[in-house]
Amino acid sequence: MRGWTRGRGLLVLPAVLVLLAFTVLPLCIMAYVSVLERGTYGGVEWGRHTLDAYVAFLFERDLDDSLVLNPDYLKIFARSFGLAAFTTALCLTIGLPTALYMATRAPKRRNLLVFLVTIPFWTNLLVRTYAWILLLRNNGLIDKGLHDLGLASGPLDLLYTPFAIMIGLTYTFLPFMVLPVYASLEKLDWRLVEAAMDLGATRVTAFRRVVLPLSLPGVVAGMVLVFVPCLGAYVAPELLGGAKVLMIGNLIQSQFGAARNWPFGAALAFALLAIVLLAMAFYALRFGAAPGEEKGR
Amino acid sequence: MRTLKAALLGGALLLAAGQARAEGDLFLYNWSNYIPPELLARFEKESGIKVTLDVYDSNETMVAKLQAGAGGYDVVLPSTYMIKPMVAQGLLEEIDAASLPNFKNVKETFRKQPFDPDNAYTAPYLWGTTGYSYDSARVPGGSLPESWAPFFEPPPELDKQVAAMNDEVEVWNAAAYYLGIDKCTADKAEAQKILDLLEAQKPHLAMYQSDGTIDRMAAKEVIMHQQWNGAAHRTKEKLPSVVYVYPKEGLTLWGDNFAVPKGAPHLENAKTFINWMMDPKNIAEASNFAGYNNAIEGSEDFLDPAFKDDPAMSLPEGYEDRLRPTEDCSNESRELRNRVWTRLKS
Repeated sequence: MRGWTRGRGLLVLPAVLVLLAFTVLPLCIMAYVSVLERGTYGGVEWGRHTLDAYVAFLFERDLDDSLVLNPDYLKIFARSFGLAAFTTALCLTIGLPTALYMATRAPKRRNLLVFLVTIPFWTNLLVRTYAWILLLRNNGLIDKGLHDLGLASGPLDLLYTPFAIMIGLTYTFLPFMVLPVYASLEKLDWRLVEAAMDLGATRVTAFRRVVLPLSLPGVVAGMVLVFVPCLGAYVAPELLGGAKVLMIGNLIQSQFGAARNWPFGAALAFALLAIVLLAMAFYALRFGAAPGEEKGR
Repeated sequence: MRTLKAALLGGALLLAAGQARAEGDLFLYNWSNYIPPELLARFEKESGIKVTLDVYDSNETMVAKLQAGAGGYDVVLPSTYMIKPMVAQGLLEEIDAASLPNFKNVKETFRKQPFDPDNAYTAPYLWGTTGYSYDSARVPGGSLPESWAPFFEPPPELDKQVAAMNDEVEVWNAAAYYLGIDKCTADKAEAQKILDLLEAQKPHLAMYQSDGTIDRMAAKEVIMHQQWNGAAHRTKEKLPSVVYVYPKEGLTLWGDNFAVPKGAPHLENAKTFINWMMDPKNIAEASNFAGYNNAIEGSEDFLDPAFKDDPAMSLPEGYEDRLRPTEDCSNESRELRNRVWTRLKS
């Protein structure tokens, strides 16, 4: 038995190596790049260190070379966080009932439904986003359809708005909400709900006091899976938002592209990482124990 | 990681090159889908030199590969703005392109450009411009002045019907031309002027978007669009009332150029190829294939008629002085440009 346990430890080795090589190492390189000086022709000057990139995140040099607070980047970060939060809320609103519906079907039917949820993954994200352009644009399917039905007059101007970005993001990330919530609801012991109702709980109370707490691990996982990638979303803001405002992802891209400022791009990515980690840590401390606690009661 | 990848690729290439390296070879490293295969076949037949083509999708990819020491290429095609940095880094071989017999065919505008004043390193391949186009059927009076003014300060009829490219370089450059400011300025007051202009323009724009400009114009989503001339040409095929504007204040001329990497194994063959490509008939074939104009006198006779007759494609007489070649700006200027772009969109 002991040998077996020891052998099992070795089984994780490939995963650990992959994580080290493809996640930890690149992160370390990026962290290092963020404290280097930029190279004249892109890239960085290896061995020449500076914290300029982090200073530039908050401050800019005025005409007389004094440092003044520059809110531009903070505004872009705040906008991205707001958009990610809205999208997460929207995904939860749509995803929770969907998952609940799926989890309450017969097992055979459930598998079919899970299969259907994963269908969007079969096509490329870019293709799906372009499809939304065709749907949302003036003279597009929605615009034209509503006109032909006499429900609208004049161009609707749906495309190239924050609304369009949110539709695109919600559409993209909805499966990441549905699947984890479904996974925790599927395991739910429905006898607990029956017991609650036997004890006089209404359907709403049973849902609120039994179903919801038990689905919380899935909901939290879903929220993280939607919120975090939304923060770095690049395609939807660029294509559906008309690019009139920047998001974090687009800002970072431009540092590695036209601005040719790799250290600043790396520093921006790290600022984002730090903020996400802080938020997660706060969440874990504040709510982390809650679902387990409920279960134990 | 990128260097490592480039090095591995380079190593593989060297191995391949080592096997095939013989007197009659030419290793061409070009943008993908940028030269007709039939043209290369004809070159092989006429010169007896065997061409091996490898392709890249960005200047940065190509340069990274050369920086990583990937030898074996004889001809590369960097964009104009990339030439100076490549020369500065010692990546290019001096070939004295001006001394090649067919260089006499190169139009005056495309000789001795600032990035290579003696044509010591480069000869021009294909080029294009970034101006803007509009649908003449939907503007007041049916035509607009040949200026950036209607783009930056659109008449009320065009409010929210104008699209700019989502490209900090192209938008900044257009603003700089309009204001008469050097596009590589590192002066904060001048950058502020550009920002003011762009911020005043932004509420009147429908969007910033570089992709799908042709469809957007053809579907009449917008009336005016900052556009490349090749895209404007294809827009006209779908919507004939579209006009491409060469603003009198100047517009960006971008292009790709033949160059030879340092230590190219077949230097003479490279020169033979570059010289052959400066022949009007040969370069016209490349233009017809890629949909971009070339810099060779007399190539007009071999161009497709639709191409030749469109002022968007064939520069109208006397417009040469409106063209402003792309430049590689200083880091200070780039930083200013990026800050203006970020503030504009914050």
